[in-house]
Amino acid sequence: MATRIRAEHELHRRRLSRNVGLGVTLVLFVVLVYGLTIAKLGTDPTDALGITPPPAATDGEGGQ
Amino acid sequence: MTETTSVFDSDREAGFGDYVALLKPRVMALVVFTAVAGLVVAPGSMNPIIAFAAILFIALGGGASGALNMWWDADIDRLMRRTQKRPIPSGKLTEGDALALGVALSFFAVVMLFLATNLVAAGLLAFTIFFYVVIYTMWLKRTTPQNIVIGGAAGAFPPMIGWAAATGGISVEAVLMFALTFAWTPPHFWALALFVKDDYANAHVPMLTVTHGRDATRKHILVYTLALAVVALALGLTSVGGPIYMAVAVVMNGWFILGAIRILRRDDAASHADKHLAERKFFKLSLYYLFLHFGALMLEAGLAPYGLGGW
Repeated sequence: MATRIRAEHELHRRRLSRNVGLGVTLVLFVVLVYGLTIAKLGTDPTDALGITPPPAATDGEGGQ
Repeated sequence: MTETTSVFDSDREAGFGDYVALLKPRVMALVVFTAVAGLVVAPGSMNPIIAFAAILFIALGGGASGALNMWWDADIDRLMRRTQKRPIPSGKLTEGDALALGVALSFFAVVMLFLATNLVAAGLLAFTIFFYVVIYTMWLKRTTPQNIVIGGAAGAFPPMIGWAAATGGISVEAVLMFALTFAWTPPHFWALALFVKDDYANAHVPMLTVTHGRDATRKHILVYTLALAVVALALGLTSVGGPIYMAVAVVMNGWFILGAIRILRRDDAASHADKHLAERKFFKLSLYYLFLHFGALMLEAGLAPYGLGGW
């Protein structure tokens, strides 16, 4: 008598939820650490590319 | 035979939600709310990404202590109806799983909070986890009827940690925010204990309602409610207070004290007759109480830049 093989057991659903949950958590952690790094480096959030010249350099040129 | 056994064992395999449940998400919500309040009302400005990270790591630290609490208390969780569906008593996770997750998350949260903010905030978070797990869960929960008071101290640290994350130190405002949550916890839980039939006695946990009786519990509720009013009004006189907070504090504390007096004047027969109506109302009011106090503090801080909040 052949046993019917179920394509997806409840077990698979729980494993999938665990794997997806862990994966999403890790991705969010990477994004958070990236954001923290940018923030801790002191970059102005409105000037993400850091293209504003330092005030000291401008003052120096003006003084000449 | 081996195949069959493994299939039955794997039926109890945990999903992601079971690990989340180990962190006590409802307790984490209170931790997040009060930590945000502590951080928002603190002087100075903070980068929003760092502020978000700080709150997240404080919440994770709270969750880690919840997991360690479930690890240690698994034996009594199996005996009480309220806790039998938790991941360990229900067989989804083992004690070892909870211990591993709790220890790993504790170190992770403390180290990350230090890297994101400062040593004071990280040190306070580490102390909070130690206090909740070792002092409360392992030592005093099963030995003293004042366990709710002691456990409340652990739950009161988050606004202080939020303040420390923003300022790098502790001040009288941070201490009073701690005291507000600390003094609020006993009346909140004892009111609940008066109308929820729990089976702490079966689990040999010395709850005040069991060890000293329900009348003594009613007296204790009033004493802590009066102490709470003093703390709440004192907080309004500090730099984080203001007219909005003070108005909220006066109304809510007056209401809360009246509720506590109403509970004191009843005996168990009267309480049973109306299905614990006064106790239920008091418990519901306690939820609004904490939300409105910290909400008013944040409103004062939010209005301050426009010259409206604060004294």
